[in-house]
Amino acid sequence: MIDLNLDTPLTVLLPLAIVNLWHAVPLIVSVSLVCAATRHELMTPILHHAVRFAVWVLVFMGVFMCLLQLMQYLAS
Amino acid sequence: MAKSTLPPGYSAPATDDAVEIELRSPGIAAALAWLLPGLGHVYQGRFGKGLLFFVCVFGTFLYGMLLGNGRVVYAATPDVVSREFLQRWQFACQAGIGVAAIPAYLQVVHDPSGEDPLPLLGSFMAPPRKRPLPIEDDSGNMTTQPDEVAKWTVDWHPNFEVGTMYTVIAGLLNLLVICDAYAGPLVIGHTASDEEDEDADSPASSRRQS
Repeated sequence: MIDLNLDTPLTVLLPLAIVNLWHAVPLIVSVSLVCAATRHELMTPILHHAVRFAVWVLVFMGVFMCLLQLMQYLAS
Repeated sequence: MAKSTLPPGYSAPATDDAVEIELRSPGIAAALAWLLPGLGHVYQGRFGKGLLFFVCVFGTFLYGMLLGNGRVVYAATPDVVSREFLQRWQFACQAGIGVAAIPAYLQVVHDPSGEDPLPLLGSFMAPPRKRPLPIEDDSGNMTTQPDEVAKWTVDWHPNFEVGTMYTVIAGLLNLLVICDAYAGPLVIGHTASDEEDEDADSPASSRRQS
């Protein structure tokens, strides 16, 4: 059992976070497609909008992950 | 029969005229969309979007059920106007998919304590038992959890929480599907001022001005 606390190094936390982050992939795909499909009627615009939406979500998540890591580094 | 209008230039190949989508019986379509994601769209003849919504929304819901071993969808009380029902807010979101809400609601109406589930459904979507239950931990020691939800959370951590979130999000996504079945897609078209700006910026317009 891994004891996680503020002193746990990034080399342990990051792989664990990546493993859990795989759960987000089907969710991002599904949410992107549904949100795009409620904005368009034809398949081509739906797929284009879904890709843009998914990229936006991933960038948003990445920015916040970096911010949280920076805050953890500053707090330690 | 209702109609939804797509703005000019929306369809492929692009047209100069607005495109109208006929929405057959929006109320019935919305009710069918609540019952099963995509069914309302199939009823209206929009087969592509119906299939897309079914695969995405119902697939998300089924994946959540799979992660949570089928126990992530349950209702706390049959009284929908109560604080206890809202404390189980996850079910209020999961109820966005009707086919998910009905068995769970039948179970809780039959027996809110979870001790005597419906014979036809067994423990499927039955409410958790609210008494201490023994559990064997990873080291083989027997411990006691205060209720069945705690036992599920410990047994299937972290998949129980992840599965719950998947089913919650699927239920909320189906609300968007219901709106699309009732009123068509929310397309933001060009306004008259945008078209005038585009005409002013176009090369043909520049040549005309010179």
